Amino acid sequence: MRKYILKRVALLLFTFFIIVTVSFVLIRMLPRELPSDKALADIMLDRWEALGYGKPILVQYLIYLKGIVTAWDFGTSWYVEFRAPVWDLLIERLPPTITVNLFALLISIPIGILLGVLASLKRGKPTDLIISLGVMIFVSVPSYVYAFVVQYVLGYELGWFPLTVYPLSIAGGWLTPKMLYSMFPAILALSFGEVAGLARFTRAEMCEALEAEHMVFSRAKGLRRSYAIRHHALRNALVPILPTIVASVIGVMAGSVIIEEIFSIPGVGQLYIRAINLGDYDVFMMNTVFYTFLGLLSGLAVDLSYGFIDPRIRVGEA
Amino acid sequence: MEYPKIDKELFRPYKNKPTEELPELSRYGYFEDTFRRFLKHRSSRISISIIVMIALFSIITPLFITRSDTLMDPYYAKLPMRLSVFADSLGIFSGRVERRLGDKGLTRLYAIGVGASYGDSEGDGYSPILGIGESDGRVRNVAVDSYLEVGFIYRTVTKDEYERMTEWERSEGKKLLFPLIADNEYNSDKRDANLWYKTDSEGNAVAKAISGYEALPFFLGMTLEDNYLRDEGGEVIYHTPVGTADAQGMRVRVLYYNYYQYKNGMKPDYLFGTDSQGYDLALRVAGGIRISLLIAITVSLINFVIGALVGAVEGYYGGTVDLVLERVTDVLSGVPFIVVATLFQIYLGDRVGAIPSLLFAFVLTGWLSTANRVRAQFFRFKNSEYVLAARTMGVKDRRIIWRHIFPNTLGTLITASALVIPGVIFTESMLSFLGIVNLGREGVTSLGTLLSDASGIWVNYPHLMLIPASVISLLMISFNLIGNGLRDSFDPGMKGGV
Repeated sequence: MRKYILKRVALLLFTFFIIVTVSFVLIRMLPRELPSDKALADIMLDRWEALGYGKPILVQYLIYLKGIVTAWDFGTSWYVEFRAPVWDLLIERLPPTITVNLFALLISIPIGILLGVLASLKRGKPTDLIISLGVMIFVSVPSYVYAFVVQYVLGYELGWFPLTVYPLSIAGGWLTPKMLYSMFPAILALSFGEVAGLARFTRAEMCEALEAEHMVFSRAKGLRRSYAIRHHALRNALVPILPTIVASVIGVMAGSVIIEEIFSIPGVGQLYIRAINLGDYDVFMMNTVFYTFLGLLSGLAVDLSYGFIDPRIRVGEA
Repeated sequence: MEYPKIDKELFRPYKNKPTEELPELSRYGYFEDTFRRFLKHRSSRISISIIVMIALFSIITPLFITRSDTLMDPYYAKLPMRLSVFADSLGIFSGRVERRLGDKGLTRLYAIGVGASYGDSEGDGYSPILGIGESDGRVRNVAVDSYLEVGFIYRTVTKDEYERMTEWERSEGKKLLFPLIADNEYNSDKRDANLWYKTDSEGNAVAKAISGYEALPFFLGMTLEDNYLRDEGGEVIYHTPVGTADAQGMRVRVLYYNYYQYKNGMKPDYLFGTDSQGYDLALRVAGGIRISLLIAITVSLINFVIGALVGAVEGYYGGTVDLVLERVTDVLSGVPFIVVATLFQIYLGDRVGAIPSLLFAFVLTGWLSTANRVRAQFFRFKNSEYVLAARTMGVKDRRIIWRHIFPNTLGTLITASALVIPGVIFTESMLSFLGIVNLGREGVTSLGTLLSDASGIWVNYPHLMLIPASVISLLMISFNLIGNGLRDSFDPGMKGGV
């Protein structure tokens, strides 16, 4: 197992390195625009000169790597927040993203699994048909459509919630009740798809687990149905479900760009969009590095957690 | 050992039926069989009909709507749906909007109806007021026909055009030209062609009373004092000259609802209403469906071809090829798609256009999963006996790959390709909404462009968002159901998954 983990981590780092290199070259080669303000433009030009933006691309890359290794410096923002280190910008924007997505996940996991289990137990009956139909619709409809509907109905028509998330200055913190109240529509909009996806997955896995022969045997040897379902079917069904949940937990940090745009959540996704619109390419690079790392990490987490959860599956262990 | 003695004649074939009477087991080939199974699913049938209907809508709509889709009508922008066939008789699809208005606004709307019946006893067929709610002291809820709400506008026309307008009035029996408004102290807004009645400087309607002019409260049937421009004889004036001597123009006041008919030869009928700039939303949605489907299907086909080729080679030969391609796959699938799309747009957007660069972005990473599926299937089949037999007989690699193994992968491949379509439609609309892809810049409308056009203003004009969003949702649900149906039909053993 240890050898396998080491191999996977090494592979991850290799892939990560290649992606970062290519992205760096592509992003650094983008034409940069100077602000129209002459004084500011001069300052920027000087700073860029000092940071080596005019040097050959390979030299720039080495400077970039050196900055990361020696000072954890991923670059500087020029337009989003003048001369702010991009790492700080990113960290600053993590809390709202994590808050919204984590709450959405906390709501969706129990409901999703419950619906999935319920559907599988009532397979073919009206309960199952209703759940399955709902799941099919809610899985297919794009998340932003929920966002529009939630925003319109709860925020505009009924007026129960604000249209967009409160700024930090009004709410006083990311976890204050006031902030959570304003985040509720966004959390709700994110949950629909999440619940449906999880319910669909759980149902499929549970149906398979319930049909297994050991289920017939456990009933034959006199176990109660509820006991057999809980201990023999659900546990087996959860083996593939838990890794996806682990991946979702990691994905919480990346968040949903479109939901952040619609509800004006000052999160990582919004930072990305602003960086592109303003042509702030160091921030763009930071976001790319961050998204790439999270994506690779969740892939690794899925594979490894399979091994931890189910000792029978030790993939690749020779 | 004693054997029982059995008569020889008992040994005869049991009911030796002639071959013609064998049940027709092998009447259908694999694909025909799959197709039949597919059509047996009610959900697949419904989804296919929905998609066909949406596609037909996108093709037929431009044929039925004779207004040119470049016609932008700034006066009729962001308006809800209206179909005069229903609006005139049943009162539905009437372009109705709710407004909260005080006396001043209400009087202005009311005056449109009254002003339109000038010199005509026909009454107020042009009144934009559909219904008035209870007053809460200051404002009232008013149901308004948003197409009549525009009321009158000023136009500057040439003499020829004026002739044509009067000709149109005669032939149609509708009034188009209305008297101009006097430019005096009773005209509070010179640009507003709807204030034909006397108002104070605030815009409130006034009437002559004993002690000078007094503000009038609003009530239905109120009498407004007109403030038309008149000549010495007291006759109303319909046009005044404007411009220089060589470019003579005439300033006229027209009722926009009728002016629209004069211009377009038809009543304003908008199935889905109008968009933020005054284009027909139905036309734009139709165009959006065409572009979105076109992009999605193109991506799906390209992925199919590339994925099949790469996956087949990867799966069949394995070894170094497989190892290298696996690393390439790792790297390509590790890049977040949003970054790929952004980079393609920034680098290629100006050079080859937004749509091709979007296609490149989709294809760059899209074929990976297709290739993976094909590869997995090849791993499953390449060592089976029949392949071994073929190889022993000296069949060439190419033939083994395409004729012997590849057909086994077609099921998953077709299913996966069908499921690519909703994914692409969704991603395209998301990227457009976020502004990462800007198809609108090139004058192309996709479903995502419509969403991004509506962003920011849609809370006040929900139809701008609801209609494209519903179309996208319908397409996604249908394509997903088709994908599921295909999966179940290709692999009946898998049945049961949602």
